[in-house]
Amino acid sequence: MVDWVWAFLILAGVVAAGVAGNVQAVTDATTLAAEEAVAYTLQFMGVITFWLGLAKVGERSGLIDLLARLMRPATSFLFPSLPRNHPALGAIMMNFSANVLGLGSAATPFGLKAMQELQKLNNRPEVATDAMCTFLAINTSSITLIPAVVIGLRVSAGSANPTEIVGTTLVATTISTLVAVAADYFCRVILPWNRTRG
Amino acid sequence: MAPLLDAVSLWTIPLLMTVILLHGLYKGVKVFEVFIEGAQEGFWLAVRLVPYLVAIFVALSIFRASGAMDLATRFLTPLTDLVGMPPEVLPLALVRPLSGTGALAVTAELINHWGPDSFIGRLASTMQGSTDTTFYVLTLYFGSVGVTRPRHAVVVGVLADVTGFLASLYVCRYYFG
Repeated sequence: MVDWVWAFLILAGVVAAGVAGNVQAVTDATTLAAEEAVAYTLQFMGVITFWLGLAKVGERSGLIDLLARLMRPATSFLFPSLPRNHPALGAIMMNFSANVLGLGSAATPFGLKAMQELQKLNNRPEVATDAMCTFLAINTSSITLIPAVVIGLRVSAGSANPTEIVGTTLVATTISTLVAVAADYFCRVILPWNRTRG
Repeated sequence: MAPLLDAVSLWTIPLLMTVILLHGLYKGVKVFEVFIEGAQEGFWLAVRLVPYLVAIFVALSIFRASGAMDLATRFLTPLTDLVGMPPEVLPLALVRPLSGTGALAVTAELINHWGPDSFIGRLASTMQGSTDTTFYVLTLYFGSVGVTRPRHAVVVGVLADVTGFLASLYVCRYYFG
């Protein structure tokens, strides 16, 4: 679908410019925007390089493990179907912690590991289990605490206050995560036809 | 609540830097070396981002310069007005669940074009940070273990995205006015 959205933007633009007798605008816009994109990346490069450097320090020092330990009570509440101290819980907590710190690339390996562990507890391998659905509900609702990359984009664009969106992001992401957890609970506990057997 | 959000916004980054560095030193991590290692990855991430940014910047720019954006805005305004969303952020809402890098490029373009401190710039920043690449994550995670029946995970994921977008919109309107 990305293909369609992208191609639509260009094709609709060409048609609209043609109808308006303004085709030159397409060519001009293309050249200018392509140059802008590269210039923008150059500005952005410094900030992203710095943040990913710092993030690596956090990863190596075990900050993710620390956060994961703090999350333990919440995860056993959210995943009642998992045995205590099951390796899946550990991987889930690591995945959440990495996401909270905005370390998307560190989060994915933990997430895949969590899915593998959850699959071992699944007696119908082609059907998602309750724990998988809850895990992905939280994961896809985004639980980012530090939107470092977005802050980087804002710094590069010359924002007077690049971090002013941290507060609003936190509120929005908390609301969407709460809704996702509630919706998941509703689907798995209240809808009778959706209950898993066993 | 606004003063609290101010404080959170102001302090998050300096505090995080302090915590990361102190914790690293305390755990005996060679902070400088490890920093450089991660920074290398960051550098190449930025390089890999170039083609995405060029693709999106050009497409959106053509769409805008040709007058197609004005037409689409006129068409969609009744629809986006229903929820009070500026039609300019619609491409972000469409791309966000599908492609993480694509969405990042759209956010970058909106911030660059409208200005980071414009309402659209702030809204796009908030939306980008508070939603996720739902379909990509579901496909990758379920695909990796061979689950073909995701049950309610898809509906819940889409609901989370829609909620994230609307929540961003209302929080930004409340906070930035």
